[in-house]
Order: sequence, then C-alpha cells, then structure tokens
Amino acid sequence: MSRKMLMKGNEAIAEAAICCGCLYFFGYPITPQSEISEYMAKRLPQVGGLCLQAESEVAAINMVLGAAASGVRVMTSSSSPGVSLMSEGISYLVGSDLPCLICNIQRGGPGLGGIQPAQQDYLQATKAAGHGDLHLYVVAPASVHEMAGLVCRAFDVADTYRIPALLLADGALGQMMEPVDFDTALSDRRNLPKKDWSASGHGGRRKKNVVNSLYLSPDELERSVLARQERYSIIESSEVLFEEADAGDAEIIIVAYGISARICKSAIEAARAIGIRVGLIRPITLWPYPKAALGRAAEHARHFLVVELNTGQMVDDVKLATGSRRPVSFFGRCGGMLPTPEDVLAEIIKIHDNIRSEGVLA
Amino acid sequence: MTSRILIAGFGGQGILFAGKQLAGCAMHKGRHVSWLPSYGPEMRGGSASCSVIISDKEIGSPIISQPDILIAFNYPSFLRFEPSVSEGGLILANSSLIGSKSERDDISAHYIPATEIATAEGLDGSVNVIMLGYLLYVTRLFDYDEFIGSFLSGIPASKSALIEGNKKALRLGYEYR
Repeated sequence: MSRKMLMKGNEAIAEAAICCGCLYFFGYPITPQSEISEYMAKRLPQVGGLCLQAESEVAAINMVLGAAASGVRVMTSSSSPGVSLMSEGISYLVGSDLPCLICNIQRGGPGLGGIQPAQQDYLQATKAAGHGDLHLYVVAPASVHEMAGLVCRAFDVADTYRIPALLLADGALGQMMEPVDFDTALSDRRNLPKKDWSASGHGGRRKKNVVNSLYLSPDELERSVLARQERYSIIESSEVLFEEADAGDAEIIIVAYGISARICKSAIEAARAIGIRVGLIRPITLWPYPKAALGRAAEHARHFLVVELNTGQMVDDVKLATGSRRPVSFFGRCGGMLPTPEDVLAEIIKIHDNIRSEGVLA
Repeated sequence: MTSRILIAGFGGQGILFAGKQLAGCAMHKGRHVSWLPSYGPEMRGGSASCSVIISDKEIGSPIISQPDILIAFNYPSFLRFEPSVSEGGLILANSSLIGSKSERDDISAHYIPATEIATAEGLDGSVNVIMLGYLLYVTRLFDYDEFIGSFLSGIPASKSALIEGNKKALRLGYEYR
C-alpha cells in the first residue's frame, strides 16, 4: 500500500525529514519556504521532537551546530538572504565535521531581492557556502516526490561523511503541489556509522569528545583540511547523481537542474516533435558535479545549452566538464521571472539553425 | 491527453482550494498532476490564481502560459487571461462579476452567475465549489460521483459540518443550465 499524498514541496521536505529520523528543526521564517517551519512546528511536538523559531538565521544555524554536535539528526531551512546570513555557521559546521541538512528554497536576489522563484544561489551553494576550503553535498530536486527522496539521501550522505548537506530548490518547487509517495521516495536507506564522536554525555566512561573548528596550530589545521579533502574525493567518485533524458543521439544537450529542467523537458518534447535531436542532462547533485556524464556527452553532442534562473552561473562548470570541446551557450531569466517552454524552444531552434548553416559552410 | 487548467480570481474566493480539489481527484485516479499557486504579497481581495495540469504522462513545466481551460472568477482575471486561452480551449466565467463576454470564435465560453447563486442559496463562501460543479457539467473532466468522493475525503472530521453545504454547492453548479 503506497502512501501517495498531494503535498507542497516544502511540506514534503518536512515530512520526509521526520520520516527519516530528524526530530530537531531550528529556523526563521522567510518566503517562499515558511511552510517547512510551519509543518515542523505542528508535527515535531507530536513525535517527541523540537521545533524552535530562532531570533534570526544566525542563531538558527548555530542551534543546528549545537544539536549536530550532540549527535542528533537536525536541519534548518531558509531562502536566499537567510542562507547568506547562515554562511558563518555553515563554515563552522564544516570545520567541526558535523552532519546536518540545510534547505535553501531560493528566491530572486541579490539583497532582499524578491520572493519569486530563482536559481541565483548556484555559485554560493556549490563554491562558496562559507569561508575556508569547503564543500557541501548539494542536491537539486526537480519534483516534489524527488524532494522527499533527496532529503533522506542528503541526511545519509551527511552522516556518512560528516559534512553538512544542502538541498537547493526554488520558490516554485517549494510552493507547488504534486503527488509524493513516501514509501518509494524513502526506500533507499543505508547503514550509517555510529556517531562515536558526538558530545552527548557519557557519565565519565571514556575520554571526552570535543567538537570544535578552531585549530591554532597551522600543521594541525592543515591536516584536518586535507583529511576532509580526502572524504570529498570519495564523495566525488561515489555520490554523484544525475538524470539523462533523450541524450543518447542528441546534437544539442541542454544542461539544467531543478525547476529549469522541468521547463526544458517540455521544450525538448516540442523540439523532438519537429525533428530536432535535443536531450537533457540534469545534474541532481550540484556538488559533486556530474563531470563524467557531461564529458561523455561531449563525444557526440555538437552544442551545450545551459538553462538556469540566473545569468549563467553553471556555464563554467559545463565548460570544465566538457573540456570546452563544444560550444556552450546560455539561456535564462532571473529575479523571479520564469522562461516558458516556448522561450527555450526558440533558443533550441536558433542553435539548431546555426549548426545546420555551419554544416553547409563546411 | 493533457489538461492545463488556470483558475483565477480574487484572493478569498477559494481559487487555490478549487485547484487543489481538481488535482486531488486526478491523483486519486492515478493521473500525473501538478498544482502551482501564484504566491506573493497576496491578500483577501487581491488577485489569486493557480495552475493545475492533469496528464497521462510525466509533467514537464508546471507553469501554464496557454491554458486549455480558464476558470475566471472575476473581471480582472477574465481580462488578463482570456486572450491566452489555447485555440479550441474553454472558458468558464462567473458572470455575476464578469459583465462582458468573450469575442473569440476559436474557443467556447460558458457563463454562470455563481456569486448570485451562492448568495441566493446562503452559500456565500462556496462560489468556488459552484464553479467546480459547473466545470464537471461542461467538461466531464471527472465523473460527478468520483469527484464528490475525492472532494469529501479531503474534509477533516472536525469540519464535517461543511459537507452538506459543499455537496449542495457542487450540485447547484452541476445542474445549472
């Protein structure tokens, strides 16, 4: 018997987190993610958990740090400006090797920006979530059902490697309702290491655990950074997720994630109907990035088109992954504007016509 | 087969709720479905809309630029979205608040004075359910009994007092000629 429910993306995140054992939520309300804390405030007390509205995002992320240090599963959520406020705490979480889940339901920026959907935090999420040499495990769902599954996956990866995970979505995915089946979404669970490092009290039975991100001795700090980089290498080789659709014979490959990928799928269907061979590679993990899949596609594709709700933040990653062997162009809207499938289709046709005219010249 | 339904009106008319009932019934029937609300600094009396897509296949973009069905609850929504309805599409308009008629000849338009019916029957808050009943009659999108089953299953026990009014409102819309 499946548990198919019609839910908002934000609600599915919260329910999935509770289902996979997250009983602690600290956050501060902000559109368009407030349903996450609203859901947590209602549900967590019913299951013996704690939902606390902090006085600010800065406080919330430090409460997450404290709870994570004690060894419990914990999360926070916010939207773009709120996540910027959390960046110091995120860096401390990384420096302390603490697992947790942070959700960013993005809105238009910079600054206080707007409240409509955007993907303008890609570079922040994948390259500079905080100071220091750091990465988060960054997942970008494209449907409400996938949001639930990736919450579970992100928690498990965070616990396995002792790093924070970030779920990067946007206002449209957070606000929209779709059916979600929690039984299938949450079926992929893994055996997790014991949190024998946690500062959870032990009645004097062992040497005390210290959770800390301060290393005044440079060689000790360097060792801790390099040890973390080794874990990052393992994550890069074993935790990449992506989807390929119609990519096998494609001349044009669209690279898009999250809600943009959905819009592109509609455009691809229309383009295929008029005989244009176009496909999609959808990164599901934004870090680690699906470099190998893009490298393989560069063997046969003639052109890469990046589509995002920003001004082209992922373009460099596509160029690196494909070794710039093929032209990479960009199409997108930002600030809360969404392109229509027809807009993307027009871009595909333009590229297709260019390829054809080059063929004639050659 | 894909139906792209845009529901639009004033905040407070139950626009999002109406869309959710359609999405819920489609889900119970095993169809693919998406429901996307307008959100923002919305308020009672401001504008509200939601996009519902019901399909036999996986849904790409949840955003509707050209609806197959427009359910317009008020005049500003009618003015704004009437031109975007796809060729061969359908408009259902609440004629209590929409004085003019569509002049397009490539779509079909149907009018129901839903606000007046609701007021006359003491169902002031149920304009949305009357519109849903009319939608079922005009489009046969769902079987009436199937829809009412799905609709009532979503009403919690604490609000069982609302069941009779909703059933009556749905019937009034369904039987309007």
